[in-house]
This record gives sequence, structure tokens and C-alpha cells, in this order.
Amino acid sequence: MIHLPDRFSRLQPRETLARTQVLERGWPFFLDLCIAAIGLACFYAVVRIAMFWAGRPEPEFIVSLSPRALPHYAFYSVVRIGLAYLLSLLFAISYGYIAAYNQRAEKVMIAILDILQSIPVLSFLPPVMLAMIALFPTRQLGVEMGAIVLIFTGSVWNMAFSFYSSLKSIPRELMEATNIYCFSRVQRLFQLELPYAAIGLIWNSIMSVAGAWFFLMACEMFHLGSRDFRLPGLGSYLQTAADAGNGVAICWGLAVMILIIVATDQLVWRPLIAWSDKFKFEQVESSKRITSPILHLLTQSTALASLSHRLVDPLTESLYTRLAKHRIAKLRQLTTSRPQSRLLSIVVRIVLVIVIAAAVLYAALQAVALLRPLPGAAYLHIFQGAIATFLRVNLALLLASAWTIPVGVAIGSSPRLARIAQPLAQIAASVPATALFPVLLLALVRIGGGMGIGSIALMLLGTQWYILFNVIAGAIAIPSDLKEVATLFRFSRIQRWKTVILPGIFPYLITGLVTASGGAWNASIIAEYFPIKGQILQTIGLGAIISEATGGGRFPVLLLATMVMALMVVTTNRLVWRPLFRLAETRYKLGA
Amino acid sequence: MQPAIIRAERVEKYYAQPSENRIQVISPTDLSIATGEIVALLGPSGSGKSTLLRMLTGLSAPSAGEVYWHEKPIATADVNVSIVFQSFALFPWLTVLENVEAPLKARGMDAAERRKRSMKILDTVGLDGFQAAYPKELSGGMRQRVGFARALVVEPEVLFMDEPFSALDVLTAENLRSELLELWQNKTIPTQAIFIVTHNIEEAVLLADRIIVLGRNPGHVRTDFRVSLQHPRDRKATSFTQLVDYIYKVLTQPDAQPPALPQTSTGKPVRDQRQMHYQMLPHARPGGIAGLLELVLDHNGKDDIYRLADDLAFEIDDLLPIVDAAQLLGFLTVTEGDAAITPTGTEYANSEILRQKELFRTAAVENVLLLRQIVRAIESKSDRSVPEDFFHDMLDEQFSEEETLRQLETAINWGRYAELFDYDASRRRFIQSEKLHQEANESTAAEIDA
Repeated sequence: MIHLPDRFSRLQPRETLARTQVLERGWPFFLDLCIAAIGLACFYAVVRIAMFWAGRPEPEFIVSLSPRALPHYAFYSVVRIGLAYLLSLLFAISYGYIAAYNQRAEKVMIAILDILQSIPVLSFLPPVMLAMIALFPTRQLGVEMGAIVLIFTGSVWNMAFSFYSSLKSIPRELMEATNIYCFSRVQRLFQLELPYAAIGLIWNSIMSVAGAWFFLMACEMFHLGSRDFRLPGLGSYLQTAADAGNGVAICWGLAVMILIIVATDQLVWRPLIAWSDKFKFEQVESSKRITSPILHLLTQSTALASLSHRLVDPLTESLYTRLAKHRIAKLRQLTTSRPQSRLLSIVVRIVLVIVIAAAVLYAALQAVALLRPLPGAAYLHIFQGAIATFLRVNLALLLASAWTIPVGVAIGSSPRLARIAQPLAQIAASVPATALFPVLLLALVRIGGGMGIGSIALMLLGTQWYILFNVIAGAIAIPSDLKEVATLFRFSRIQRWKTVILPGIFPYLITGLVTASGGAWNASIIAEYFPIKGQILQTIGLGAIISEATGGGRFPVLLLATMVMALMVVTTNRLVWRPLFRLAETRYKLGA
Repeated sequence: MQPAIIRAERVEKYYAQPSENRIQVISPTDLSIATGEIVALLGPSGSGKSTLLRMLTGLSAPSAGEVYWHEKPIATADVNVSIVFQSFALFPWLTVLENVEAPLKARGMDAAERRKRSMKILDTVGLDGFQAAYPKELSGGMRQRVGFARALVVEPEVLFMDEPFSALDVLTAENLRSELLELWQNKTIPTQAIFIVTHNIEEAVLLADRIIVLGRNPGHVRTDFRVSLQHPRDRKATSFTQLVDYIYKVLTQPDAQPPALPQTSTGKPVRDQRQMHYQMLPHARPGGIAGLLELVLDHNGKDDIYRLADDLAFEIDDLLPIVDAAQLLGFLTVTEGDAAITPTGTEYANSEILRQKELFRTAAVENVLLLRQIVRAIESKSDRSVPEDFFHDMLDEQFSEEETLRQLETAINWGRYAELFDYDASRRRFIQSEKLHQEANESTAAEIDA
């Protein structure tokens, strides 16, 4: 062995260190610059938003149709959707958490969620808007908050459901492990509950944000009684362009919207999905993975790494130390505490429950009293509208199934076709149908079609993708030996469909139909009532009634129509979809 | 006698029913874990082994009675225990090191100390070099090593294990078991006592200083004795096999008093408490029963259950339900751990399928109350069908929800096989079997002809 001189051995580590630094610096340094730039941009954006929001309210904002205004508008819309999404995420996590762990509240909270998600966005509009404007009467902030809360009401419920059901399905032994090792609630949240729920939350986030784009036009520009609200944004731009019948402006708006959606997909969702791969609750490593170059770059960034090392780690460390001390203190308190305080807390709880119940009862009675002045004709009108929308929703589902089932099965059964068709379908599905709607309507008007066809077309455009993607997934999941049996015994085409394909895709088809049905009901508020070319195109239906009542500020009609719609959605869920779901899970489940 | 670390005083577990009835899962039980011993808890499935373990650790509160930790009620004590789980219960999104560090983090230990301790324990269980791996990259045995490292890193006073080796293959389990024993005997780990729940009799005899056997319906201690065999224990030694044989006898004779203990151990038997309306249907399939009978017949109609299990490479948990079912139907008698085939059993084993079904039908109606009731109920209804809920509610009075469903599943399985009735899964109703229906029609037609 060669004995190295003292000087050399001291020198070498420093040299190699220097060299590795130089070598590794190439990429990450550039990356750090990018991240710094992003930080600065964020700062500017916040300042910009704050200045606009703190300004005087501009309820009658004149929406410019010049393409030059578009980046500006797009920025405001993205911020709005982003904030609404963050709000949804926070709400979904807290709501789901309480519902999963508070046994007394659980049933009520889930029932509330079930009803709330069946109420269309526009029905939330008057209370939300009036409350927000009352809160911030002299600031733009009030109107902005209103729009954000409105988008929030359209995207939060499925996320809350997802988080709740994830919490409920955490394996018992993992939960027990956190108990036996005295995890604090915070540690349990970050090390067990959030990771376990992450994948479901991410997929539902994607759906929620897509929904937000769908309803953006309704949320950025609306009438409420005599007041006309317009917020600068992509949605109001498209709406104004449709109103003016300006085809060029519509195309510009559409192009920007698609650009943003594709960018979000590449910059946000794909990295997130790739990152969430480690939260898959599986014991064996799967071979197929989604990769994302963006995620790869982020994990390489030294700036981010040192931020986490210098700032996040010490913070969490001190948090955990404090929580541990808190636990020991609480344990000591437990040994010395008297049972008297329990009685007191029970009394407090009972009083609280009574007060809440009384308040709810009072408000409900007041709301019902609101319905009293409604003439009998209004009831009849709403009833007719309900039937018309019901038929329309189901016709849209039928039409959607009629083309998606054969196409989906064809795509799913042929890997070659799937490779080509699936990305195309994904791009087509990511364009919000409402943005295409004006184009479609203009074309329909030109050839002499009316809103009757238009409304079904919009429902179809908005909901067919859920069915198509589910059917493709179902067709892929049919085991090849079942198909081989069908070929071996020379099944006729009809027999093959009846005994292999339809039962095989059944559970997936039901999942797609349930989602599509909910989406179609919700879409009826836009599909049946649309201002275009300076006039309002509408057809008879519950959605049209709701839209009209919101615009005209007729709250009794709005309340009744909303109640009828919620009732119909919840009832069909209970009577039709839930039994079908159960059937799918028992009889048509493939495998054990 | 060493002082008890954990002592359970008349703990019991029951679930209250709306009808003021209650389902007793574990009847009042006294139990203690003392310093310096490995206690093994054995019992058939459904005897509440895991429930008892969870009450002793403080994870689940007993319905009545009290558990003490160093003579302080366990709910108010700063308990220092760990559990090694059957499913490992590792967090798949954390690395091996992060998994092991998690309990220390919960105790607020600072980062450097935490790292040092975790690395040391990983070294002890033979996982050095794997700290950055994720659990899903490891084999089952390696994963359970992480489970052990995580349990031991907090230096628990009592180490609980809930069937820790049953998800592993035989060789891996054997290897881990002996390593654990080595750590314990060399006092490498500061653990004061080990409590292991298992259904593997040999495992209990290999490890334990004390064995507790539970009976079921409701769970109760049937026998609790010390094992004074010297370590390392030899599976082939007569004293070892005698003890294994003895435990088999206790387990296969749920109704009888435990027989006298062999010389190597001492202890006191505890009274059996059973009082039920429905007998518990063992969850065995008719095919399994026929298979077992044929095997017994091959062994000249009589053999030791221990040997049968060995022949089949079955765990006792897999074999016992089949033996119970054959016994319930009168195809087999069990005495002193020996199974002997009865004349009907012999005929059953030797018959072809249709005759087998006939024999099974007769035996089932004669011996199984639930099946008899279902058949009668169907006969007495004009539409020849009875909703499942009807029996669900009756069984619910006696069994837990989960067990009720399993009882019904077994009843449906047996009833379908014997063609006693059929079950319409989509309407959830018991209906008259196609065949019986035809026969009934034919006989009425014959009567009319006559």
C-alpha cells in the first residue's frame, strides 16, 4: 500500500469536493436561477392581485375583446381557480377528517355532503355573493371572494368525499401502530393519513379543477337582481365574445384556455401524479410508472433541498418536540383530573346541540315561509321543468353510452388503437365543454336548430368522457382467457357481447354513468339558458328556471327549483345508482 | 415469582346489542405478564387472541374489568410497549430508516440521537445498508425485520407480537425466530417480557416460558402452564413432542376438561364456560370434509390429529374447522387427540357424489339446528322462500356481525351442496332447491294419479 504524504491526503478531499461542485453546478445552478425567477414572479403577482382587490369595486367592468387583454384576463382567472382550489383542499381535508373521526357528527356530515354536491353552482350564487359584498362593501375583494367561493362550491365536494373514504379505509394495523407508538395527531396526519389519501386526493383535484374551468363562465359574469357583475377573466371574455357573436375573439379565448389547461397538466398534475407514486399502498413494486421531467428537475434542485434542510426540518423538529412534551403533560393531567369536569362538558355539549338545532329549525322555517307567496302556476312550471331536464339528462346519457360503449370497447380491446386514441381523447376531454358551447350554438342557430338540441349537445360534450374513459378501462380489464373462451366456443357476436363484454365492463360503466349523470344535472344550468348575440337562448327545464331566477333575483323560485333538483339527484342516486353499484360490486366484480 | 408488569383483572369484551342482549367475545379473564418471561397465547380462530392482546397493550379498552401497568390503571400510565404486527404495518411511503425513526420522533427525541439509535437497532436486526430502501423493495422477511427494528428502537418493557411469523415462509420464519430468541437470551435488548400471539403450536413450544391456551365462544383461558424445557429446544425430543401433543389434545377437545399435564409443566386448568343456542358452524367446505375422511380412512380409520396435520402440511387453524365439521356431522369422533371415523363417515368417504350428498343432507338436517330451521321455514312458506335477514337477526343475537355473516355463508355453502335449499344472492333469500321442488311436484302428481 502506498503511503500518501500528509499534505496530499489533506488536499485531496478538498480538490474532489471542488471538482464535484463544478461538475454538478452546471444544471442545478440554472435551475436555481429559474426557481428564483419563479419566486420573484410570484411576488409580483401577489402585489398585482392585492392592488386590484384593494381597489374600488368595479361591478360593471367593461370586458375588452382585444386579444391583447387576454394574458391579463387569463392570469386573473388562473389565480381565482388556484385560490378556489386551495380553499377546497383545506376544506375537504378538515371536513373529511372531522367526519371520519367524530362518530356523532359522521352520519349528519356525510348526508349534508351528499345533498350539497347535488346542488348546482348557480344556486349558491345569491347567498354567497350577497354575503361577500356585505363583508367587503367598498372593495373589489368582495366580488372576487364571491367568485372564488362560487368556484369552490363547484369543486370541493368530491374531494371531501375522497379524503373521508380514504381515512375510513386505512388498514387497522397501521392505525394501531400509530397509537402504540404514541403518534401525535400532527404526526399521524403527515405520516399516515395524508400519504394514504394522497392518490385519491390528487385524482379528485384534477377532476375538480376541470369542473372549475367548466363553470368559469358562469362564475365570472352573472346578473343578480338588478346588479350586473363582470370580473375581468377568461370566462367573462368568452362570455362577452359569445354575447357579441365575435367568432375571432372566441377562438382566441379558446386557444388561451387550452394552452393553460395543457400547461397545468404538464407542469402541475403530471409531476404530482409521478410524485404520488410513492404513496401507492402496495407491497410489491409495480413496473409501470408515470414519469415527469419536471419532477425530476425539482428533486435535483439544490436550492429547494437546502430550503427544506435549513427551514422545514428545524421547524418540524421543534414541532414534534413540543408535541411530545404536550403528550406527557396531558398524561400527567389525566392522572390528577377529577371526573367533575366531564359532567360540565356534557352539559355544555347538550346546550350547544340544542342551540344549533333551534337555529337550524328557525332558518329552515323561514326559508319555507319564503315559498308561501309562490303561485300554483310556479309549482307547475317547476314540475314541468324538472321532468324536461330529467328526460334531457337521461337522453344525453343514452346518446353518450350509445357511441362510447362500442368505441370504448374497440379501443380497450386493441392495444395498438389504445396507444393512438387515448392521448387524443384525453386532449379532447380536457377542453371545457362550456368554452366550445358558444361556437356550437352559433353553428346550430345558423342551421336552424334551437336550444333543445343545444342543451343535450352540451350535456353530451361535458359528460361523455367520463363514460368513454371508464369503458376503455373496463375493456382493458377483461381477462384475456375469458375472451379466448368466447373465441374457442365460437360465440356469436351477440352472445359475446351479452356474456363477456357487457358484464365485464359493467362496474366501470356504472362508475362512468354515475359521474356523468351528476355532471349532466349540474350542466343543465348552463345548457338550458345561454345569452348569445345579444339575446338569451333558453328552453324549458329546471336549469333554465334556476338560471333565470338567479338573474332576476327571484329567490323563492330559486329556492324551490334548487330543492327539487337536489331531491331528484339524491333520489336517483339512492334508487337507481346505488343498487346498480352494489350489483356491480357483488355479481359483476371480476376476480375474487 | 417476579412482579407483574401488566396485570389484567377480570377483563372482558362484549358488544351490546339493541335488544339488550350482548355478544360476549371474551369472558372475564385474569392474566398477568411478569418480568423475564416469554408468554405465548394459543387458541383457535375466534377465541379472541388478538382482542386480548389489544386490551393488554391499552389499544382497546375492556368492556369491563381493568388492566394495570405497574399497578396503575393503563389508561393513565405512560406505557412503554411495542407491537410487531402480522401484516408488518410499515408505512410504505417512508424509507426503512424513517419507519424506524417515526416512534422516536413521536417521543420528541432530537434528530442526531434519533439517527444514532435507529442505525444501531438496524444493525442489531441485520438491516445495515438497507436504511434508504423503501419497504416495498424488500422481501417479506426483511420487511418483518424492519417491523422488529421499529418495535425495539423504543426499548419497550414488553414486546407484543401478533402472529409475527405467520405471513412468512417456513424457513424465513424459523430464521427470524431463532434470531429473536438469541437477542432475548443474550440480553442484547432491554426488553423485560415478550408476549406472542400465535396459532402455531410448535412455535409456542419453541419460544415460550409460559403457554396460555384460549377456548372460544366466548374466549376464555382453558389452561395456563409453564414450560420448563431447556433452550435451545429440540423439536425431535420426546418431551417436546409430548407437549405439542398435549396442546393438540386441549385444542381438539373444546368441550372437555384439559387432560392432566405431562411431567414437564405445571399449572392450573380454568373452567370452560359455554352456553349457546346455536352451535357455531365450523367454516369448512364439504369438499374438505370428504378429503379429510378419505385421508383418515387411508390411515386405517384412526389417527392422531397432530400427525394428520403434519401429513397435510396444514396449520392447526386450517385443520381444526374441518375436524370440527366432520365431528358435528357425526362422520368422525375425536378422543384424546385421535380422530376415528364412524360407520356413516366410512360410507360417506366411499360413496360416489350423489350418495355423498344424500348422506350429507341427512347428517346436516339431523345435527345442525340452523340448517334444520332454514329448511322448515322454507317448507312452511307458500312461496317457498325466506329472506336471509330473518336468520341474520336470529344469529345476530348470539354472534358478532362478522361471525354472523360467516355463519350464514357456511350455512349457504352446506345447504347448496346438500341440495337442502338454494340461495338467491341478488334478492338475498333462501329458496327451495330446484331438485326438491321437482320431487315435491312429482309426488303430488303421483298422489293425484293414485
